[in-house]
Amino acid sequence: MLKKLMTTAGVVVMAGAIGSSAIAQDELIVGVSWSNFQEERWLTDEAAIVAALEAAGATYISADAQSSPAKQLTDVESLIARGADALIILAQDAESIGPAVEAALDEGIPVVAYDRLISHPEAFYLTFDNVEVGRMQARAVFEAQPTGNYVFIKGSPADPNSDFLHGGQIEILGEAIEAGDITVVGEAYTDGWVPANAQRNMEQILTANDNNVDAVVASNDGTAGGVVAALTAQGMEGIPVSGQDGDRAALNRVALGTQTVSVWKDARDLGMAAGEIAVALAAGDDPTGIPNTVTWTSPDGVTMTSIFLTPVPITRDNLNVVVDAGWISVEELCQGVPSGTVDVCD
Amino acid sequence: MTVVGRTLKAMEVDTRILGMVGALLVIWIAFHIWTGGLFITPRNLFNLSVQTASVAVMACGMVLIIVARHIDLSVGSLLGFLAMFMGVVQTEWLPHLFGGGDGPAFGHAWIWVVTLAAGVAMGALIGALQGYIIGFLAVPAFIVTLGGLLVWRGAAWWITTGQTISPLDANFRWLGGGAEGSLYFWPSWIVGILTCVAICFSIWWARRERRRFDFPQKPLWAEYAIAATLSALVIAFVATMTSYQVPSRAAERVYALRGWEVPEDGAHLVFGIAIPVLILGIIAVFMTILARRTRFGRYVFAMGGNPDAAQLAGINTKRMTLWIFVIMGVLCAISAAIASARLASADNAVGTLDELRVIAAAVIGGTSLSGGRGTIFGAILGALVMQSLQSGMAMVGVDAPMQNIVIGIVLVLAVYVDQLYRRRTED
Repeated sequence: MLKKLMTTAGVVVMAGAIGSSAIAQDELIVGVSWSNFQEERWLTDEAAIVAALEAAGATYISADAQSSPAKQLTDVESLIARGADALIILAQDAESIGPAVEAALDEGIPVVAYDRLISHPEAFYLTFDNVEVGRMQARAVFEAQPTGNYVFIKGSPADPNSDFLHGGQIEILGEAIEAGDITVVGEAYTDGWVPANAQRNMEQILTANDNNVDAVVASNDGTAGGVVAALTAQGMEGIPVSGQDGDRAALNRVALGTQTVSVWKDARDLGMAAGEIAVALAAGDDPTGIPNTVTWTSPDGVTMTSIFLTPVPITRDNLNVVVDAGWISVEELCQGVPSGTVDVCD
Repeated sequence: MTVVGRTLKAMEVDTRILGMVGALLVIWIAFHIWTGGLFITPRNLFNLSVQTASVAVMACGMVLIIVARHIDLSVGSLLGFLAMFMGVVQTEWLPHLFGGGDGPAFGHAWIWVVTLAAGVAMGALIGALQGYIIGFLAVPAFIVTLGGLLVWRGAAWWITTGQTISPLDANFRWLGGGAEGSLYFWPSWIVGILTCVAICFSIWWARRERRRFDFPQKPLWAEYAIAATLSALVIAFVATMTSYQVPSRAAERVYALRGWEVPEDGAHLVFGIAIPVLILGIIAVFMTILARRTRFGRYVFAMGGNPDAAQLAGINTKRMTLWIFVIMGVLCAISAAIASARLASADNAVGTLDELRVIAAAVIGGTSLSGGRGTIFGAILGALVMQSLQSGMAMVGVDAPMQNIVIGIVLVLAVYVDQLYRRRTED
């Protein structure tokens, strides 16, 4: 009985596959393999990808690996079987996705590595520029406070992005540090990116320097939250503090004036670009011919064609950007903000 | 026996605790020198007291659990879940409930109380669930709470799908200390003096009870010496806390908030005892009485000493286990309130790895993992030792991975020294 059922199921699946490949002759099909669709943010990405594909007249098919690298392998195989002409892969694991990518490329199906790196010379890597995020954080803080005592609250020591970010920050501030305009009075990694750890480190740095701190370059919004809590306890809230991610709590702090900048990586830009690139590659375009591509060498020495999107620094002056994008409601953004201080809130 | 030894024996001082206090002083003095005189200052000691509070509150419960030969690996995750739960209660449910038709009533005076009560109830409920599975269904505590570690961290994420909740209710934030959450000058001294009175009373009471049951009495001078030493410590603590000035901008904020009139020479304020530290103090006293002076406490120690004998003696060990975990859940809720209030936001990473800090605090404080032995005061001291190391290293700029290495080594060393000590004193 069970056997019979399974055979029937197999036939149905195969019929489906034949059905889809019949469509494939008319229009392009783009397959997306998600690593874990339960995470809230990917809904935004999906909507953007679908919109881009619809605009180009392509069909969207997808599969969710539910955090399992093994399931993602079979997902990719089934997407190929369903007639995908191009694949967008959000890899659960950069290494174990390798065979699936090989299989797709062997069949002449181009692969876009979405947001997370897939180290393969023929994959197309699309992500936000983390070094640029670091630069933007430093730039915004530097603009508000060009001299004085700086503190760096870095990310988790286990996350390579922490050092990319810090590298970008130093690119901007290095000159002023060497010239002696800026003195680095404290620098600490934040174990596991945990805000409470950032708060404790900040408290100790403030104590060690008798509150002589003029600006804090924090690497994300969570750590910035810890920093602002430590500053508030000393009545120092309002000195420049940076962050990234566009967390709702952080955007509220930007509106309140206790955080200077939150560098925002708009998932819709990423999704839109991925959809467009996938369609172009599926149509057989040369990857290097796509605008804004660069040749980039990954940390393990693989040369890839890549696009690094530029994030948007959100400050008090352009908060309307996140509201207009539907990222945050005005009520959430403006909770506790006195009227007459921020345009969006009035 | 030396003069010092004889004196300590007459005073019935636990030399083990004395050793820990000594170790703590060594750490403090070392950091004081290393930081160029910044460590043993009112400001840093105030920081330390607040930073220790959340882990120390949970350590009080962990002592009971370990004494009863169980373990709780879920406390960090449970703290995260309860913090997120209370975050949602105070920012989304209650403001709308209290606001009625007039829109959300942010900052309503009752929000913090109801939130805390809801958190404590939820903590007790989860504790009861874990305790039931351990006690009545006989699944080992290690497994149940290992499962809890995963379940509650995941549940914390689910509550807001990972979004950080901020800002928290303004009154609730007082639970976390800071310029608004302190007792300032007079209330701190009142608490200090009441504590001294309570110390003297309890010593007098203990002496009376000993006489009543014809137990051997300590010499009178020893009683006076203990009362004087403990009171001096309390007064020194309050004096230190009340000599830390609130920075003027924060002081102005507090004056405006409380509606106090600012004197002509500006707003002046001292921190005094932080509210989370006061909470810790109350819990420590309560838990010590529970562990040492009640039948419940004696049963816990009896269970840990020999579970089979305890059961044969008619102790309902299943129900005891359930209650011990209920207490742990309640303490987790209070810790969650302190930790999230201090951060002024609830994020689903709060409490990460706290289970290890809490267990380490209890163990450094002399709680034996083989059960039957441990003190609340020792666990709090253990938490303070660990926090001193961590904060001191953060102050001199030792990086996070190195901090972990040092704390790991100290943990092992502390237990080794403890065992050496026990072997020497018990033989």
